[in-house]
Amino acid sequence: MSITVKDVQHVAKLARLNLTPEEEEMFTGQLNAILQYAEKLNELDTDGVEPTTHVLHLSNVMREDEVRESLPIEKVLLNAPDEEDDQFKVPAVLE
Amino acid sequence: MSLFDLKLSEIHNKLHDKELSVSDLVDQAFTSIGEREDRVKAFITLDEEGARSAAKALDSKLASGESRGLLFGLPAGIKDNIVTEGLRTTCASQFLSNFNPVYDATVVGKLRQADIVTIGKLNMDEFAMGGSNENSSFYPVRNPWDLERVPGGSSGGSAAAVAAGEAYFTLGSDTGGSIRQPASYCGVVGLKPTYGLVSRFGLVAFASSLDQIGPITKNVEDSAYVLQAIAGYDPMDSTSAKVDVPDYLSALTGDISGLRIAVPKEYLGEGVDAEVKETVMNALKVLESLGAVWEEVSLPHTEYAVATYYLLASSEASSNLARFDGVRYGVRADNSGSLIDLYHESRSQGFGDEVKRRIMLGTYALSSGYYDAYYLKAQKARTLIKQDFDKVFEQYDVVIGPTAPTTAFKLDTQVDDPLTMYLNDILTIPVSLAGVPAVSVPCGFADGLPVGMQIIGKAFDESTVLRVAHAFEQNTDHHKRRPEL
Amino acid sequence: MSTSKYETVIGLEVHVELHTNSKIFCGCSTAFGAPPNTHTCPICLGHPGVLPVLNRQAVEYAMKAAMALNCTISDVSKFDRKNYFYPDSPKAYQISQYDQPIGLNGWIDIEVDGKTKRIGITRLHLEEDAGKLTHVDGGYASLVDFNRVGTPLVEIVSEPEISSPEEAKAYLEKLRAIMQYCEVSDVKMEEGSLRCDANISLRPWGQKEFGTKAELKNMNSFRGVQRGLEYEQFRQAEVLDEGGVIVQETRRWDEAQGKTFSMRGKEQAHDYRYFPDPDLVSVHISEEWKEAVRATIPELPDARKARYTSEYGLPDYDAAVITASKPLADFFEDSLNYTKDAKSVSNWIMGDLLGYLNANNLELSQVKITGQGLGEMIGLIEKGTISSKIAKTVFKEMLESGKLPAQIVEEKGLVQISDEGAIKSIVEQVVANNPQSVEDYKAGKQKAIGFLVGQVMKESKGKANPALVNKLLVEVLNG
Repeated sequence: MSITVKDVQHVAKLARLNLTPEEEEMFTGQLNAILQYAEKLNELDTDGVEPTTHVLHLSNVMREDEVRESLPIEKVLLNAPDEEDDQFKVPAVLE
Repeated sequence: MSLFDLKLSEIHNKLHDKELSVSDLVDQAFTSIGEREDRVKAFITLDEEGARSAAKALDSKLASGESRGLLFGLPAGIKDNIVTEGLRTTCASQFLSNFNPVYDATVVGKLRQADIVTIGKLNMDEFAMGGSNENSSFYPVRNPWDLERVPGGSSGGSAAAVAAGEAYFTLGSDTGGSIRQPASYCGVVGLKPTYGLVSRFGLVAFASSLDQIGPITKNVEDSAYVLQAIAGYDPMDSTSAKVDVPDYLSALTGDISGLRIAVPKEYLGEGVDAEVKETVMNALKVLESLGAVWEEVSLPHTEYAVATYYLLASSEASSNLARFDGVRYGVRADNSGSLIDLYHESRSQGFGDEVKRRIMLGTYALSSGYYDAYYLKAQKARTLIKQDFDKVFEQYDVVIGPTAPTTAFKLDTQVDDPLTMYLNDILTIPVSLAGVPAVSVPCGFADGLPVGMQIIGKAFDESTVLRVAHAFEQNTDHHKRRPEL
Repeated sequence: MSTSKYETVIGLEVHVELHTNSKIFCGCSTAFGAPPNTHTCPICLGHPGVLPVLNRQAVEYAMKAAMALNCTISDVSKFDRKNYFYPDSPKAYQISQYDQPIGLNGWIDIEVDGKTKRIGITRLHLEEDAGKLTHVDGGYASLVDFNRVGTPLVEIVSEPEISSPEEAKAYLEKLRAIMQYCEVSDVKMEEGSLRCDANISLRPWGQKEFGTKAELKNMNSFRGVQRGLEYEQFRQAEVLDEGGVIVQETRRWDEAQGKTFSMRGKEQAHDYRYFPDPDLVSVHISEEWKEAVRATIPELPDARKARYTSEYGLPDYDAAVITASKPLADFFEDSLNYTKDAKSVSNWIMGDLLGYLNANNLELSQVKITGQGLGEMIGLIEKGTISSKIAKTVFKEMLESGKLPAQIVEEKGLVQISDEGAIKSIVEQVVANNPQSVEDYKAGKQKAIGFLVGQVMKESKGKANPALVNKLLVEVLNG
């Protein structure tokens, strides 16, 4: 498998990144090198091997249903790039 | 001589005997910073005012005879991906260059409980992605041993600040070697704890299944002290282990007779610098002389670790870094007319190339049609890599090898070649994938540059790892050498 | 046009908010209606460095709901990230469940036109809700309130076994009733604690393959679901009749215009890149835990309905209506603590109570009448203390004030007059004052007696015992 400029454009769109044509070219080359290196993994017989999501085998980590104090509104909005009426403001979602 | 060349126990004796005050320690930190920081560039944000007022408060606590925390009075630096309430936390990214956290990481709370003084936030590779610190979006950190060379990464600022005597100790984070490799390059002690031993709450996630916070110190005893202060179950972190934290200090007996050491042949093979190899072999002789026995073993899946790691870590990162969208915090791009522009422009302007590269790699590995071939395959390879360690630890107490294949390299020599850069982590990554603890301790010099020895232990057996490192340190002087700055 | 050429295939995806006290992954309150962003914290705002910790109650409510829908409960369940960018989603991923949901392979029975049909439930999974967007500046900007983000939701996905908009409505109503009985949710469509999306396609009768489906969104009421599906059924049939092709797309139901509109172009192609959330660990559900949760499930609507018909002899229809709402069924049973006449209680509920609620668009919880009030009022009728007519006045008063009937009867002097002497004097007066009616009666116009009864009741302000009035009138007229 090798990644094309078109794939890179698609992935950049999914990841919400703008790339210049030069960047698309550069990343395509670099990602190809990395993915080709990753082909190594195909040498491994992984039939019947369980995937590892967590190295520790923890389960049933839960909290009780207790309400804890929320943040004061000043702190909620402390880092907001734009706000109005105690809410975060963004350009329209619907065009 | 700097006050920071004293061991923690010596400093505490002097504080107790009123020969020293916390303010003196903070003076020492800012004096060193004043002299060296413009060359080392270890910090992104300094908090001299906060540090001085904290020192005053601790000095009055000292005068009143109140009980004192485990790390009382020590001036510490925190890697800038660990959130500190009211103290700017940037992850060395332009995106967060204005970010003011509204809460403290669990480890930060624990360090405050232990009575440290925070002097500032440390430089790093952007979002902890990198092994040279050249990916900081502010400025690269320089290696105190040779300013033309990199300090390693991603916790390059954390390692360099300790090596340069700018902080008494620091916290770093390690995902694939980000504490150990810079510790090796900078000639200091860097410990990556077992996954789950130290809370990740408040550590800005890079790869959640791998990230761990750990201490960087000048000596092993101090490392044990800091670990003691930050380890333990945290109900805010679902992946935190409910284990009893042992007394790490009492493990430092100096006795390693009968210790069984495994030395993986893959860790001394192709790609490992001859001088690095020789230095580590000499270190093994020291351990042998102390009654340990070592044998060569094989960790057969080592060669698959880097590929496995980059697929898994990048996949997790692509999702973890999606929250940086310019809606609730961070730098929103000016020219964001529509919502789509807001996302694309803010993220494109806010992230550097390495971050974009990994986000795209991870997005690709998780995307429809590629998940099984890349992400799932890597998760299975991870199982095999972990099993390598499980098998070796059935017969051996620790695994030892170099921390990195080379000593610190020169700036600008690898930036254009991500894959070569990734291969610098070949000896630390398998350990991260297995989730086991490891420490890098200075074990000698090659061409005047520090070499680190990596001591890897069983899960939650930091005590043995530290005991071996301490015994080695007691019988060598490498950790006492200081860079000339 | 004719829909009869085609078989309609509908599958519903229903989201139900679980009414835990705190959010699914943090301790913020889930209470509805707080000022914007006051129920938020670094965790639900998706600040850098935060981690989720699962709310045990949310898991147990989801298990309970899944069990009530006859699902198999997974022994091991886990959480996955669903990645997409949207301003109401602070982490740019939703924590949901992909391949190991809490419940699988359930079913519920619905009734349409007197026939029972079993609808399969593919899965029930647990996930977090998103925030709320409002549009401002003439549509050029949106404001985000994150109070709702992190409220636990279950998503219930049906099999494509629903064959008409009526069945869809019946399915949704049954689902709501079951959730209500389980007490896991408020299930209020107006407040968004119950939300429904639908997939609908048509195919010629006998065709095995499904037709191309449209996904329908924005149906905010039970009626809206039915109307939206009816419109879409009509639209698709028309397209097919004209030899056209159905486009697979998402369509928005516009309640005001009564039409569905394509949302094409308004959303990008999705690739959610699900993967296991490394911040959360799996949930192992033991047999003991399952049994403990199962023991908390109360009698469900179907069982209650069967009991009402067999035990109380209610007609199927009445039993269905009353058990469709848990508060109503509870009210019915509460009344029976004060009277034995279940049929009468049912009649009052089906007639006066539901009539009043529907006419005024009210919920049972918004009126003050109690089961005790209704039960005791029926007792007063039985004893002859009040007439059925007076009872209507008493009932209305109970709806508004919640007072008990005895108190109302006393305060308003509504006790029935059963004193023969007193009634007789009114009767004689009415007969004297209405010679024409008396003449009509004597001429054989039986209807005239009705008028005279009415006059007596009017004179007595409705309090005269109607049976006595009748008897005495006949006596006086024939005397």
